[in-house]
Amino acid sequence: MNSATAEASTMTQTWRPLCTKADLVPHSGVAAWIETPEGPAQVALFYLPGHATELYAVDHRDPFSGANVIARGIVGDLSGAPVVASPIYKQHFRLDDGHCLEDEAVRLRCWTACFKGDQVMIRV
Amino acid sequence: MNKPQSDKQQLIIIGNGMVGHHLVEQLIERGATEQYRITVFGEERHRAYDRVHLSEYFAGRDAQSLAMCDADFYAENGIELRLHETVTALDRDQGEVITDQGRYAYDRVVLATGSYPFVPPIPGNDRENCLVYRTLDDLDDIRAAAEKATTGVVVGGGLLGLEAANALRGLDLDTAVVEFAPRLMPMQVDTEGGELLREKIEALGVQVLTGRATQQIEDGEASFHRMVFQDDKVLETDLIVFSAGIRPRDELARDAALEMGERGGVVIDDRCLTSDPAILAIGEVALWNNSIFGLVAPGYQMAKAAADTLLGGELTFEGADMSTKLKLLGVDVGAIGDAHGNQPPGARMFRYLDQIKQEYRKLVVSSDGKKLLGAMLVGDNATYDTLMQYYSNGLELPEDPAALILPSTEGAPTLGADALPDDATICSCHNVTKGSICATLDAGATDLGSVKASTRASTGCGGCAALLKSVVDHELEARGVEVDQSICEHFAHTRQELFDIVRVEGIKTFGELVEKHGSSQTEGLGCDICKPAVASILASCFNEPITDAAHIPLQDTNDTFMANMQKNGTYSVVPRVAGGEITPDKLVVLGQVAQKYGLYTKITGGQRIDLFGARLEDLPDIWGELIEAGFETGHAYGKSVRTVKSCVGSTWCRYGVQDSVGMAIRLEHRYKGLRSPHKLKFAVSGCTRECAEAQSKDIGVIATEHGWNLYVCGNGGMRPRHAELFATDLDDDQLIRIIDRFLMFYVRTADRLQRTSVWRENLEGGLDYLKEVVLEDSLGINEELEAQMQTVIDNYECEWAGAINDPEKLKRFRSFVNDARPDPDIIVTEERGQLRPA
Repeated sequence: MNSATAEASTMTQTWRPLCTKADLVPHSGVAAWIETPEGPAQVALFYLPGHATELYAVDHRDPFSGANVIARGIVGDLSGAPVVASPIYKQHFRLDDGHCLEDEAVRLRCWTACFKGDQVMIRV
Repeated sequence: MNKPQSDKQQLIIIGNGMVGHHLVEQLIERGATEQYRITVFGEERHRAYDRVHLSEYFAGRDAQSLAMCDADFYAENGIELRLHETVTALDRDQGEVITDQGRYAYDRVVLATGSYPFVPPIPGNDRENCLVYRTLDDLDDIRAAAEKATTGVVVGGGLLGLEAANALRGLDLDTAVVEFAPRLMPMQVDTEGGELLREKIEALGVQVLTGRATQQIEDGEASFHRMVFQDDKVLETDLIVFSAGIRPRDELARDAALEMGERGGVVIDDRCLTSDPAILAIGEVALWNNSIFGLVAPGYQMAKAAADTLLGGELTFEGADMSTKLKLLGVDVGAIGDAHGNQPPGARMFRYLDQIKQEYRKLVVSSDGKKLLGAMLVGDNATYDTLMQYYSNGLELPEDPAALILPSTEGAPTLGADALPDDATICSCHNVTKGSICATLDAGATDLGSVKASTRASTGCGGCAALLKSVVDHELEARGVEVDQSICEHFAHTRQELFDIVRVEGIKTFGELVEKHGSSQTEGLGCDICKPAVASILASCFNEPITDAAHIPLQDTNDTFMANMQKNGTYSVVPRVAGGEITPDKLVVLGQVAQKYGLYTKITGGQRIDLFGARLEDLPDIWGELIEAGFETGHAYGKSVRTVKSCVGSTWCRYGVQDSVGMAIRLEHRYKGLRSPHKLKFAVSGCTRECAEAQSKDIGVIATEHGWNLYVCGNGGMRPRHAELFATDLDDDQLIRIIDRFLMFYVRTADRLQRTSVWRENLEGGLDYLKEVVLEDSLGINEELEAQMQTVIDNYECEWAGAINDPEKLKRFRSFVNDARPDPDIIVTEERGQLRPA
């Protein structure tokens, strides 16, 4: 957390507590509400216990349907990268950078999230 | 006189029929407009139209829809099209074409003047209302004459004569066909075939007179004309159409002293050149090797050769096959090669005649029985494509060639698309081979439409449409399979293989399966293809609740939340209403729940009630109230048993012979919760009137006096398929035992997301095989199948009942894990008294 705090001062971003580990569903997603400098946002949090990166936070809003459903998609890996499939029209989004595999022009917003003990922290 | 305005050569094409038009298309395609200035003369008012389908003009098609191209096609390609202008002479000395409107210099000329209908030299053949059948104007004349007529006669019982007879029928005339030869279509069929054809055509109300030579046409008594035959018998009619063959329109060539055939036709060589190398001829006016080809496909081949000749190429016309596949007056007629079997000594024949179904098929084979020399089909052209492939590609016949013409039963040999060599011609009009179709697919075409667009296959006479589709389908499939047989990148196995692995090794979680059998190339997380497929397999084998922690990440969102996601992220809720039977009290509860949670209600096709617009966070409360009232989950969200639709049956209906509602409820409760490769729909009808539409379901049960008839593998939806009768007059327990086995066999062997209908169509051995397995236990697995089904049934529990009392399972039913507010982006509006997404 030390390095993150240092970064926060230069990027005017701060780590905020979001929820607890118990709120997450292993190998799947849940939605959370955050306030950002740009306004409120809905975040999809994916928890992949035992993997190199255990926690991903991307936009909960599906850009193709406009519905807030990304957290309810199936998580997997395609060509080596972790992805989530939109539950509505099934496009795949990479969890690490939000890029849509079917349409290069589309990407989900991404946030950095981490555990602090049992607390889930997000940088906004 | 018009002079060429550039250094381009002037090419004049005389005639704008199908073949003349095809030449223009070929020239454009090959960039000939760079080299030639092209002028086309058409005698008719209409630009080139589809003469093959001329009789459809009376069935509602107009000149526009029969046209071979758009109105501005010629202009757009810089070609001058001069319609309604008749060429009257060719001045070879001056190098000019003379028309009724002027003189036009040429460097090259192509004669594509076609032919005219032959009118037999019968006294009175020039009387009013004696017409011919060749052009759209002819058809207009026939239509005008028919207005005052009640009867019509076609002179000529060949291909065109029967087409004309069809046209007269289409004008509601009492129609007769008079043929000089002793049978109809003497060129194409033999005595038996002709007799069958006569029967079929007479059954349509068309009188057929064969062996009749008309001696005279004179004033009739009751009708306008009276036809007098050689035996002094007479036939009265208001209208006569001559369709007794065609003759080449060769007068221009004759007057210009080009070399002619003894019986007409402009002599051409293999490059379509006439005796004057500046002049070419193609189509029905051209005489090649002493033959005139009166079909469109050879004409197209000549056009192609002529285009090449004009561009300095070496492509030659090498004769054409006169095989034809026709539907005349709705009757299939096919003739391939030497259908009469009169050429090589030692040819052998197979013949099949069915006078009940009115089908006749004949094969002419070489003396060693290995090659097909010819074939004749009357009444059913289903085997034409296969036979044509044997013939045109010289393929070796199967050991018993008779099987090719015996009544089709499942397992009869058909020549699959895969058996054809690459040089097999698929479309003879445009000379497209299987190899060129494959090349198009290799170049990236992925559907029939794009193959047609780039090869032009099946855009001529259309006779190869079915064959083309089967080749394209097969090749696409072959490419798909070649690319990857496995379900996805995480498993190098098919669904069936995964199913067997899970069953045999008793693997109970996705994690274990991916660890032991997953591909080592991936992260091992799975994906949205393999995870739901494995979830379904695990459920089919062990039926543990899908909401268990180990299974929940595998499920599609619908299974995860046990409701059907709609486009705005809300869900629809469908409680089970077994057999479509519901008490008034329960109906009231559904209404109250819908009111309380603001749900849109609609009756489904499966006889239950769908509640739309439920928010994620409301689902547990909604289900709490529904379960309290005695409802259970309906699995509308799963690839699983949906509904058993029923009619009211013998309990109420005057006609019912069994209690269809009782059986429907029994079946629905037995199989509810069974997860399968795709959804399963059932229906039970209480009598043969079939009000429950059971024959459109995966499992259809229809009551008989003695029990139940079972139908399987039907489908509604995008590709409807009638279910097939599987077993008859079963008692209740027999019915259930057979359904147990059938369903479990499907669950084990189908692909993911493959409905029973498609599974059945792809099942090698077809329905007979399925019966052997399920009814006769040919694989010796029925006991196992029944036991497996019993496991599923014994482990059934309502997923919602299990979830609403488990805080861990309800964890995900929150709009936000850190905030209780509902999703503010879900906005609804009112329509027809209900809420819907805004």
